[in-house]
Amino acid sequence: MANNISVGAAAPGCKKVDPILVADNVTRQFGGLTAVDVAHLEIPRGQITALIGPNGAGKTTLFNLLTGFDKPNTGTWIYDGKNLAGVPSYKVARLGMVRTFQLTKALSLLTVIDNMRLGAQDQPGENFLRSFLKPLWVKYENQITAKADDLLKRFKLDAKREDYAAALSGGQRKLLEMARALMSDPKLVMLDEPMAGVNPALTQSLLEHIKDLKKNGTTVLFVEHDMHMVRHISDWVVVMAEGKIVAEGPPAVVMKDQAVIDAYLGAHADTDLGTVAIKIVKDKK
Amino acid sequence: MDWLAIFNLALGELISPLTAAYILCAIGLAVHFGFTGLMNFGQAAFAAVGAYGMAIGILTFGLPTAVAILFGMACAVIFALVLGIPTLRLRADYLAIVTIAAAEIFRYLMLTSGFAGVTGGSAGLSAFNEEFRALNPFPDGEYGFGPFTFREEELWMRIVGWSAVVLAALFVMFVMRSPWGRVLRGIREDEDAVRSLGKNVFAYKLQALIIGGVIAALGGMVFVLNLSNVQPASWGTNFTFMIWTVLLLGGAATILGPIVGGMLFFLLLTLTQSIIGGLVDVGVINFLSPPQVGQVRFLIIGLALMALVIFRPQGIFGNKKEMQFNG
Repeated sequence: MANNISVGAAAPGCKKVDPILVADNVTRQFGGLTAVDVAHLEIPRGQITALIGPNGAGKTTLFNLLTGFDKPNTGTWIYDGKNLAGVPSYKVARLGMVRTFQLTKALSLLTVIDNMRLGAQDQPGENFLRSFLKPLWVKYENQITAKADDLLKRFKLDAKREDYAAALSGGQRKLLEMARALMSDPKLVMLDEPMAGVNPALTQSLLEHIKDLKKNGTTVLFVEHDMHMVRHISDWVVVMAEGKIVAEGPPAVVMKDQAVIDAYLGAHADTDLGTVAIKIVKDKK
Repeated sequence: MDWLAIFNLALGELISPLTAAYILCAIGLAVHFGFTGLMNFGQAAFAAVGAYGMAIGILTFGLPTAVAILFGMACAVIFALVLGIPTLRLRADYLAIVTIAAAEIFRYLMLTSGFAGVTGGSAGLSAFNEEFRALNPFPDGEYGFGPFTFREEELWMRIVGWSAVVLAALFVMFVMRSPWGRVLRGIREDEDAVRSLGKNVFAYKLQALIIGGVIAALGGMVFVLNLSNVQPASWGTNFTFMIWTVLLLGGAATILGPIVGGMLFFLLLTLTQSIIGGLVDVGVINFLSPPQVGQVRFLIIGLALMALVIFRPQGIFGNKKEMQFNG
């Protein structure tokens, strides 16, 4: 089926019109288990791509590999024209490819605003020798503080500005982590399960934030189990299973792929678990 | 029992050079543990490296005292690099094991007779502080009042030791309030998160290890200038654990904590020693012999440290929300 993202028909490992990230032959073994075995993957620039698949499919491992938090056994990947294989994670982040974590990593005993300020890159005062010369960094500090306050307002965390991050709820920490990642104006944001543990009221605002990212030209790649989110905001869906890419395509198409639904999302992916239980009870009668 | 003498002695400890030496080491440890989260159980080695560096600089290389102090600090930088480059990638608890081993290795190297020509072996080094004494600007006599009455060289030693404390505290306060210090505190909380924000975590940890180590080296120098000798036996693990006690007493992620913690620690140490010793002398406590008193006071201090970690993990000055002893 034709679409404006892939070159030709959507298929696992298909070429994209304008890829921001191209991975080739990336494998990672843990002992005898091959956690990731991706022959070819392209992430379209400026789009929201969802990476889905059952538990243990290798989604988070692939994230760790691409961002330099883990080393692959084989493989190369090119981000925005630069080969990132073997590049340490902090340099990956500096190149504009910023990630969040499945288990939220808010810096608990720093205040919310300090968490945000840490997200900014190129603060000259973060250099030890320059940290003595306040005039060298105070102006930039004011700039990033203003930017942080702006982001906190957008993420409705401004009331928590001076609180320790430890005092935030799980959902608020997710928001903080995402807001912090945006401090550096990344080109590619990689969100590892942004909805996990977020209450439904916050979910909607998180979805809006992710859509806003796209509007501002940021590419988003996210891992998610929440099919509602995948269907509503993603432009492209990549399905992983047992370390491999098994399907790709626009969400409407991929979601309808009965094999994908049954094998990787469960037969009741579309229905609320409560109604499933009622149905089972009814069926028994 | 002469209570006045006991209190005078204890108050004198408040500003003794020994107290200053421990406080300097604790400020260095605050940089390591309190602000960066590095579990350094080898702080005695940094103090020893500074002390030996200065003494060897004076005795073997014939350096002037001021240059020898810089040489001792440079030795601490090198020690931090040698210790840090292979180990700072380790998790916190492994770092604790490696640092305690490194400190023991350094102590045994100083003890071995193979290097006795330079290090003095088990006898250590002495007679390196003549120039330091000669630099004393105070004329002979007694200065101060009450428990704080000192002869001119005692006054000189205290002024030098406590100036170092004040400078180190101001320095640490200043850098920890900068964005650089903010990165360190971020690393203490979660180094992977800080890495994901584009900071070279390893470089920051190494810088923190060096800075805390150099401050501890200054503490070691104050320690030996006061005693007029350097001996390998001084730098055992108990030295490190006393520094940890001082730090935790005051509060690990604070500037004032190590200073007040150190003063309080030595005040209590002297008070318990004198009071228990006095009670033994007058026969109120008849189940202890005088030599046992020294051990008993450490027992009491140990119990106090346990109580502190259980009931006030943030120390005297710590903010419970910000810093606790949780490794």
